[in-house]
Amino acid sequence: MVEVHLWSGLRSLTGGQQVVEVEAKTTGDLLRELVRTHPQLEGPIEAGVSIAIDGRVIATGLTEPIPEGSEVYLMQRLRGG
Amino acid sequence: MALDDRKTDFTFVGTRPNRPDGLDKVTGRAKFGADMSAPGMLHGAILRSPHAHARIVKIDTSKAEALKDVKAVVTRADFADVPFKPGLAGEFWNVLENVMAGEKALYDGHAVAAVAATSALAARDALKLIEVEYEVLPHVTDVDKAMAPDAPVIREGAADYSVPEGMHPNVVRYHESGHGDVDAGFAEADLVLEDSFVTEATHQGYIEPHACLGLLGNDGKGELWCTTQGHWIAQKTCAALLGIETSQLRVTASEIGGGFGGKTTVFIEPVALALSRKANRPVKLVMTRSEVFRATGPTASASMDIKIGMKKDGTITAARGEFRLQGGAFPGAPGDMTAMCAFAAYNLTNVKQIGYDVMANRPKQAAYRAPGAPMGAFAVESVIDEMCNKLGLDPIEVRLKNAAHEGTKASYGPRYERIGLVETLEAAKAHPHYSAPLKPGQGRGVSCGFWFNHGGETSVTLALSEDGSAQLMVGTPDIGGSRASMALMAAEVLGIPYENIRVTVADTATLGYNDVSHGSRVTYASGLATIKAARHAVEKLCERAAAKWDIPVEAVKWENGCAVPSGPNAGDFDPMPLADITAKMGRTGGPISGHFEATPEGAGVSFGTHIVDAEVDPETGKTTITRYTVIQDAGKAIHPTYVEGQFQGGAAQGIGWALNEEYIYGEDGRLQNSIFLDYRIPVASDLPMIDTVIVEVPNPGHPFGVRGVGETGIVPPLAAIANAVSNAAGVRMKQLPMSPPRILAALKDNG
Repeated sequence: MVEVHLWSGLRSLTGGQQVVEVEAKTTGDLLRELVRTHPQLEGPIEAGVSIAIDGRVIATGLTEPIPEGSEVYLMQRLRGG
Repeated sequence: MALDDRKTDFTFVGTRPNRPDGLDKVTGRAKFGADMSAPGMLHGAILRSPHAHARIVKIDTSKAEALKDVKAVVTRADFADVPFKPGLAGEFWNVLENVMAGEKALYDGHAVAAVAATSALAARDALKLIEVEYEVLPHVTDVDKAMAPDAPVIREGAADYSVPEGMHPNVVRYHESGHGDVDAGFAEADLVLEDSFVTEATHQGYIEPHACLGLLGNDGKGELWCTTQGHWIAQKTCAALLGIETSQLRVTASEIGGGFGGKTTVFIEPVALALSRKANRPVKLVMTRSEVFRATGPTASASMDIKIGMKKDGTITAARGEFRLQGGAFPGAPGDMTAMCAFAAYNLTNVKQIGYDVMANRPKQAAYRAPGAPMGAFAVESVIDEMCNKLGLDPIEVRLKNAAHEGTKASYGPRYERIGLVETLEAAKAHPHYSAPLKPGQGRGVSCGFWFNHGGETSVTLALSEDGSAQLMVGTPDIGGSRASMALMAAEVLGIPYENIRVTVADTATLGYNDVSHGSRVTYASGLATIKAARHAVEKLCERAAAKWDIPVEAVKWENGCAVPSGPNAGDFDPMPLADITAKMGRTGGPISGHFEATPEGAGVSFGTHIVDAEVDPETGKTTITRYTVIQDAGKAIHPTYVEGQFQGGAAQGIGWALNEEYIYGEDGRLQNSIFLDYRIPVASDLPMIDTVIVEVPNPGHPFGVRGVGETGIVPPLAAIANAVSNAAGVRMKQLPMSPPRILAALKDNG
C-alpha cells in the first residue's frame, strides 16, 4: 500500500482525510486507484496533478515506479514560463 | 528516469564559446517572426474592442468586404466551434475565446474581427468600415473588487470543483495547502507580524512583437511561420481552433526576440490561418506594440495577506499567506503556484497557504518567468525583513536559521532532495557586497526565491555526417542561448569540437513532439535528451569499431572522440576516431544517428538569494539601484556566460517590475499606457552592473547535474528591491511598483 498525502484543499473531497492509502506500483496506478476509491478526486486529477515521490516531482508521467515505502505527495500540476 | 553514469569531470561543459547564432543575430541575417514573406502574401489586421466588457449585438462586415483590396474578413463564426468542430472545450475553448471574441468582448483590446488585404495600410483602413454594435456591460479590473459580492459576473459557471461555496463566480479556482498548526505556532512566537501587499500586472516586455505568416488551403493542409516559445503547442492549438488535423499543419519557429513565458500560447496565429483559408492566399500578421500590451498576456496582478510568527532568536514558528491573483477574463491566474512557492525557502513546522484564481476584465494572463512566485516572495520576504528590523537580527542569519535543506518538509508537501539554498545564503554572507558600507540615503535588501522547474515532453535527433561533424535537431526554440548549451553537451559526449556541431531548431514536420521552451526546462530536458541521443550514437560508433576489430562490442569504450579497446584483454588496437568511422558508415551498416524521445522527470527545484542596494531621492521619490548581486544554484552551469545572462535578465526585469512597470486602467476599464513611452521598462541607464555568483549543487535528476536557471532569477528581485527601498526610505513599501509618486506619498504619510 502507498500512503498518498493530499494537499489540504482536497480534504473536502475525501471525507476529511488528508492521507489516503491505495495499492499502486506506478504513478498511473496511483491516480487510477485514487479515482476508484475516492471518485470525487476525479475533478482535481483531471484538472492536472503532479506527484512527488521521495521529493522528486513527477510532473506528468504515468509510468514512473513508486518504490515500496516511498513518501508520496499529490501536488497541483506545475506550470512554467 | 534512471541515470546510470553521472559525469563530474568536463572538457567542453563549463567553457564559454561564442553562441552559434551570434553572427546571424548581429548582422541581421537571423529571421524573426516578421521577416518571412511569401508570393501573393496578404496583410492582416485585427479589430479590437474599445470596451472592457460588452455584449456583441451585431457585426456588419459588408462595407469592408466590398473594398477591392480586401480579400477576406473573419469573425468568430470562422473558427472551429461552429461549424468545423463543435464542442471545443477546456483550455482550447478559452484560447479560442481569447483569440476571437464570441458573444461578449471581455476586455479592452479583445479581438472581434480581422481583415486580410493587399497591403497593411489597406487592411487597417478596412477595419474602420466594420460596424460593431455593442451593449456595454459593467466591468471590473481590480482583483479585490472582482471578488466583492457586487462585482459584475464575467462568466457564470467558470469555477471548478475547488472553489468553496458562497464565493463570487469570478473566483474560479481555490488552493489550500500546508502542514502543522499555525495558530499554535503563532502562540509560541515572541513577535507576530501581519501585513497586506499589492502588485500590479506587468508585461513580459519582449522586444519582438507577435508576428506570423500563415497559409491554409481548403484541403486542410497548412504552413505556419511564427515567433513562439513552442511550435508544437502552436500546431496543436491552431489545428484544434481551425478544425484541421494536427499533422496537416507544419509549424516553423522563427528566431525569437524574447518570450519570458508570454509566447507559450497563440494569439494571432489562428487568425492568420483563418484569413488565409478564406482568401486562399498566405496572410502575414504583425502586432503593434499597443496590441501586444492590450491583448497579449501580462502577468497576474495580486493582493496578498501575510502573517508570520518569530522567536526573538529569529526562528519562524508559523507562517500563513493568502494570495489573490487576477488573471484576466479567463481561468488561469497562478494563485496555486504563488501559494506553493511563497514559503518554500523555509523549514517550517506550521504553515498554511491559500491561493485564489480570480477573473477580471483584463487580457488573459500568460506565464511570465516563474509565474506567480515573484509576487508571493515580495509579500513574504518583506514581512521577514520587517521582523528582522524589529528584532534587530541580521536578515541573512535569520534566513540561514530557517533555511530549507535536503530532507526539509517543503511548505507545499514533500521533502526536498538535495537543494542549494543554504549554499546561496552562505555565498551571499561571504560576498563583499554584503559587508560593503552604505552611503547616507541608501538601504540594503536581501531576499530568497524558489521555483520548481520542469521537464516535459522532449525529442532530439543527432545525425553524424561523413566528415565527422554532427547535426543536432532540437524542438525547443532558443530563447536563452540554448543552441550553445546543447552543442557543448553533445561535444562532451561525442568528444568532438563544439564548432563541429550544428544545432537546428527543427520544425514540427521533422522531429517528434516537444513541449514549449518554458518552466526553465530547455537546458535540463533538451540537454538531457541531447546527452542521451549522443550516447545512443556513441553506442553505434562502438558497434562499428567492434565489428572492424572483430571483438565484442562490450570490449569497446568511447574516449576523447575515439573508439578504444576497453582494457588490455580486449586486444591491441589503435584508437579509432569518430571521423574514421563515419567516413565509411554508408558501407558499414548505414547512417549513424542517435535519438531520444521521452519525458524527463527530475528537473530539480532551484533557489537564489539576491542582495540589492538602493538610493531614494526624498525630493523626487526616484529610486536608483546602486548595486545588485545575484547568487543562484544552477546545478551545473553548461555555458556560464548564458547562465549569468539569465541571472542578470531576471534582476533587470525584476527592477522594472519593482520600480516602474504597471498596467494602468482608467475608470472606463481601458488600458491607459499601452506604449513603451507610458509603460516604463528599464533601459541601460536605469541599471547598475549586475554581479553574479553561480552556485553549483548538482541536480540528482540530470546526468551532468543541470538545474533550470531561467525563472528563479526573477523571484527574489521584487522583495529584495522593496526591502532595500524600504530600508533607504525608512518606510515599509507594500505596493508595487514603487514609482516616484508612491514613494513620495509613503514618505509624506510617514511624516
